[in-house]
Amino acid sequence: MLLDSHTARAWYRQMRLIRVFEERAAQEYAKGHIGGFCHLYIGQEAVAVGAFAALQPQDHIITHYREHGHAIARGMDINGVMAELFGKATGVTGGRGGSMHLVDKDLHFWGGHAIVGGHLPIATGIAFGLKQQGGDGVVLCIFGDGASNIGMFHESLNLAAVWKLPVIFLCENNRYGMGTAVARASAVTNIRDKAQAYNIPGTDVDGQDPEAVYETMQNAVSHARAGKGPVLVEAETYRFVGHSMGDPERYRTKEERKEWQDHGDPINRFRRSLEERAIVTAEEFAGMDAEVDQQVEAAARFAHESPFPAGETLHRHIYVESAGGQP
Amino acid sequence: MPVMTYLEAIKDGIRHEMRRDPNVFVIGEDVGGYGGAFKVTQGLIDEFGEDRVMDTPLAETGFVGAAIGAAYMGFRPVVEMQFIDFIACAFNQITNMAAKSHYRWGQQCPLVIRGPSGGGVSGGPYHSQSPESYFVHTAGLKVVMPATAADAKGLIIASIRDNNPVIYLEHKFLYRRVKDDVPGGEFVVPLGKARLAREGRHISVITWGAMVHTALDAAGQLEKDGVSLEIIDLRSLVPWDKEMVLASVKKTGKVIVLHEAPHTGGFGGEVSSYITEHAFSWLDGPVRRISALDTPAPYSPPLEQAYLPQAHDIVRVSRELAAF
Ligand SMILES: Cc1ncc(C[n+]2csc(CCOP(=O)(O)OP(=O)(O)O)c2C)c(N)n1
Ligand SMILES: [Mg+2]
Repeated sequence: MLLDSHTARAWYRQMRLIRVFEERAAQEYAKGHIGGFCHLYIGQEAVAVGAFAALQPQDHIITHYREHGHAIARGMDINGVMAELFGKATGVTGGRGGSMHLVDKDLHFWGGHAIVGGHLPIATGIAFGLKQQGGDGVVLCIFGDGASNIGMFHESLNLAAVWKLPVIFLCENNRYGMGTAVARASAVTNIRDKAQAYNIPGTDVDGQDPEAVYETMQNAVSHARAGKGPVLVEAETYRFVGHSMGDPERYRTKEERKEWQDHGDPINRFRRSLEERAIVTAEEFAGMDAEVDQQVEAAARFAHESPFPAGETLHRHIYVESAGGQP
Repeated sequence: MPVMTYLEAIKDGIRHEMRRDPNVFVIGEDVGGYGGAFKVTQGLIDEFGEDRVMDTPLAETGFVGAAIGAAYMGFRPVVEMQFIDFIACAFNQITNMAAKSHYRWGQQCPLVIRGPSGGGVSGGPYHSQSPESYFVHTAGLKVVMPATAADAKGLIIASIRDNNPVIYLEHKFLYRRVKDDVPGGEFVVPLGKARLAREGRHISVITWGAMVHTALDAAGQLEKDGVSLEIIDLRSLVPWDKEMVLASVKKTGKVIVLHEAPHTGGFGGEVSSYITEHAFSWLDGPVRRISALDTPAPYSPPLEQAYLPQAHDIVRVSRELAAF
């Protein structure tokens, strides 16, 4: 793939932003500034960055709870994301949702969903809406390998195919659903093959390579945008950290993880490749690294300094308060 | 008597039943080698093997339904919901299949579905709920909510031995925070028998689950003001111990019904209504209810505190009632 320097830098910067953001989130979690259940994306950054590069502003995204990377790749304000993790009033949902429920309606980012598989049917509804309204937008629906075993996955693929909806089902196969390896939970171990049951094209891609992800996603998006119906893309990837904070990771060997970290780190790999191809210079990398560090530092500061929401605000968000219905 | 955490006590009870009855088995997501998200089942696989400590795919409808079928065949499955919030994904299997099989054709369904419920850990809207009301409303199900380690053990054993489907709601905040003397070996706490958690003179607090501890905390604070709370821990909601509740109400004449689940449609409404129907002439004030707010469970700590009933809420309402 011919990558221009501007795009290459943007992708590198974004991947690194996701990584540094999450490393900081892990530190803040350890210090007790972030609570609850927090799932990191470290190791999978190329999937988000490559996939989102293939989207347009009119497209929609809906995803699961491991979504810090997706939010950042879509361009969400990292101050608001960090503040949400801190449970602050300035967080993207005012502290009501936390890490697993980041949303930005302006960016058509319908956000993270903590009930595994729960958002797949919703993706079909959004795609149905887009189709009925006659635009050319598509829906990117992201989930894990584990989610492909729940009934909602199967119902959604079938609906999307029967109704020929513009949805790209993007499965981030990181080889485990929590502590369960794919082969222990799924009779069909290539998730892409499940698409065949519903007459949907399924492809796989190296999820550690943003260029490959971008190209595959470009094809998938064009297919859906052209009205040819849904596509399933399986990105082969790996999470370098535990399922959530405090996972002793007894279900995999240290060697296996090290192998991926040493040879499959998407950021190192991309950087090396850009250096070899002389697309980005060492100086440019250093400049971007420093910028990203500052940006994350500023986000953490913003989150620390922001106020907590007041308890009385709790009642405000339950119902739509304006009168309903058409005039 | 051995001292155990609430979490260890649940495991001790399950282990005891697995040793006693080869038809008892554990099933759920990552309950085997991983030991469960909270480690309730940790180590069971080493003693009982993969056939009796079964990891499942991520498929709540599927594995709950499979457990129901196995229960029809004479097994006694103990199903873990990784978080009780995900029980919604199996709602149809539980409320339409398991709950009604005996009514329809006399088919017993000895099944336990257990998992961590409740808030206080910044779990946010999908990892903090107290869903007892959904299930008490369905005839055919029993609902259990232990507050102490000893009860956690005695009630899980009773639930496993029960020939009906039982929803056993653990409280994740209590897992490692509550520790008490737990009888080793055989120990059964029958369903439907409440526990007098604190004897008192002025106000009966009827509660269950983690709120028992919040009420005890409030009672300590109120003692100094000369207000004495009697605290009844229901332990199970279906069936529930109406006798003990009425006896206490007749003694004190004042009642607070307290629960962690949201207000509207909460089981507190049922208890409150029963008391006014059956002990109206003993009441010296309105039956007061304290609960979470009618909102989803928020993530942010100060919001969650405002959402959950706190000891100071109990203190405030108790003072109002005492002065009534
Ligand atoms: C319906 C439901 N069941 C179980 C869970 C608990 N849980 C959260 S994430 C997870 C594993 C999901 O694995 P996968 O889909 O592969 O995504 P990954 O975490 O690997 O990104 C489980 C079992 C849940 N959140 N929702
Ligand atoms: Mg996975």
